[in-house]
Amino acid sequence: MADLSSAAETQASRRRWLLLAPALFILVFAAAGPLLITLVYSFLTPGDYGGVEWQASWQAWFNVFMERDIFDDTLGWSDAHLSIFWRSVKLSLMTTVLCLFFGFPTAYFIATRPKKQRDLWMLLIIIPFWTNLLIRTFAVVELIRAEGTVNTLLIWLGIIDSPIHMLFTEFSILLGMVYVYLPLMVLPLYASMERLDFSLVEAGYDLYATRLKVLRRVILPLVKPGVIAGSILVFVPSLGAYVTPRVMGGGNQLMIGNLIELQFGQGRNWPLGAALSITLLAIVMVALMAYVRAAGNQEPHRV
Amino acid sequence: MATAISVRNLRKVYPGQPPVVALADASIDIKDNEFFTLLGPSGCGKTTLLRMIAGFEHPTAGSLTMHGENLLDLPPYKRPVNTVFQSYALFPHLTVAQNIGFGLEMLGKPKAEIRQTVDEMMALVKMTEMADRQTGQISGGQQQRVALARALAPKPRVLLLDEPLSALDFKLRKDMQLELKRLQKETGITFVFVTHDQEEALTMSDRIAVMSAGEIRQIGNPRQIYDQPAERFVADFIGDTNFLPAEVIDTKGQTVTIRLSSGKEIAARAAEGGSHKGKVTLAVRPEHANIGPEADGLLGGTLGEVVYFGTDTHYHVALEDGTGFVVRQQNRPDAAAQFSTGDRVGVHFAPGIGQVLKD
Repeated sequence: MADLSSAAETQASRRRWLLLAPALFILVFAAAGPLLITLVYSFLTPGDYGGVEWQASWQAWFNVFMERDIFDDTLGWSDAHLSIFWRSVKLSLMTTVLCLFFGFPTAYFIATRPKKQRDLWMLLIIIPFWTNLLIRTFAVVELIRAEGTVNTLLIWLGIIDSPIHMLFTEFSILLGMVYVYLPLMVLPLYASMERLDFSLVEAGYDLYATRLKVLRRVILPLVKPGVIAGSILVFVPSLGAYVTPRVMGGGNQLMIGNLIELQFGQGRNWPLGAALSITLLAIVMVALMAYVRAAGNQEPHRV
Repeated sequence: MATAISVRNLRKVYPGQPPVVALADASIDIKDNEFFTLLGPSGCGKTTLLRMIAGFEHPTAGSLTMHGENLLDLPPYKRPVNTVFQSYALFPHLTVAQNIGFGLEMLGKPKAEIRQTVDEMMALVKMTEMADRQTGQISGGQQQRVALARALAPKPRVLLLDEPLSALDFKLRKDMQLELKRLQKETGITFVFVTHDQEEALTMSDRIAVMSAGEIRQIGNPRQIYDQPAERFVADFIGDTNFLPAEVIDTKGQTVTIRLSSGKEIAARAAEGGSHKGKVTLAVRPEHANIGPEADGLLGGTLGEVVYFGTDTHYHVALEDGTGFVVRQQNRPDAAAQFSTGDRVGVHFAPGIGQVLKD
């Protein structure tokens, strides 16, 4: 009896592993594998024409934060890298906040439409997703460049005399990222608002809460999961954004993504690129942990 | 008693093809300290009227005042009324005590006063031990009581209740009916109660407005509504009723003499505002009629089904002219069953007991 049952158990466990195999394969080769390679590369020496030499070195990690002056060989903080980190974090945070600012009323508007109209509004939000990211970004360029739609219109209306310089600034990057990532904020917000029981909103009004108080004390706490999900979905890709800062920033307003690309391309410094990638990962993880803790720990308001 | 809420020609039309008239020129005066019920089938406009008093809907026309003050200019959060919602609508992210204190907090009351009132309210609805529970962790009946305490805590002048008992099971509903009535008496607050349950309306209300298709059909105390229904809809919707064709042959004020289809004549009450001549419909409650030998009856017929209900027995009689008539007689253990299916029987009721309907 004991043999039989243990044999059946062995077979069941074998079948379990077999069923898990595809998922494990993806996790190992598509997620953990590349990450491990990146980590290993960051501790190697750069090859002369790209690639890596299999020789251990701390140089890449050193170069992420520090640099040696070309002329007098003194050691100092790598201002170029640090300013790019700072710009990336700043622009990503601003993108997230602006997406929340524009996405929240949008999602609320859609969630309060009659059921049949909602699908149409959601379609309008999703349609840009069907177009190539690059083309959408160039469309924004067309809008804000010196001879673009906005400047032409403003000059024609007589509001300004000479075109406003908007392209290739931090503003243009921000505009591009908000435009590109807004749907990622609206979708989870809408999902949590659609489930919101609007009789709770009425109950709030009924109990002497003004519109603002209903928003703060009833709606926001109830759609908080959507706010958290949307913020993460916008913040994480913003931080690693490559196409938008490249096109809208014109090469002089780099973000981390562009810096990494530079090391693997023209810079021919793969270990530095790998070290920067791991740094980006660390920034994202620290930011997420801080955010989720801050959002989750908020005690419900005590009477 | 002073008038708490005065509704004048209130009208609500939802645009569409064709437009939907949810409320057609309703006029009601609800008095102070009154338990007033809006009774009617679903879609009769009772909830629309309640929501307009709360401020969630805006009337197409008409006026709505409370103690002489125009309510229509005020947003819901400025009206001194509170609502108990059909779904309770308790805030799931707050505890029981926080829910009850929400309105007071929004009114900006001092913390000590809020705590004291919340404690009072929890004692009133017997929820003191549950103060720190989340609303998802308590039963339906308890949620109901929290919703009630939450609406009562800011001490509104009028409490609106939108079918608050419909989600409870039978036994709990019976208990809550008595509890609501007790709370209304204790707090002295005017209750406006919406229900489609006629029994609920009869047992709890001081006055009832019966509504149908956006119109108010009759306003009166439970006894008036039950004993003297004004029209066929009211008589039919509240309790069971037999309808008999008859002809008025003489009128003396509210009392008329009518001739039944059998040719026999009897006195009856006439509904206010109805026509007192020609062909009319007479309403007789099953328990107000008796069954007996054919010779003694006002109307003769053949006994059909006899249904035993424990407390009483229902006799279904097919009258001579083809109309059906139900007699309900209380059962007594010492009385043997007198009639059985197929017997020729007579139906009798006392003079003045039938009601001549308006239409």
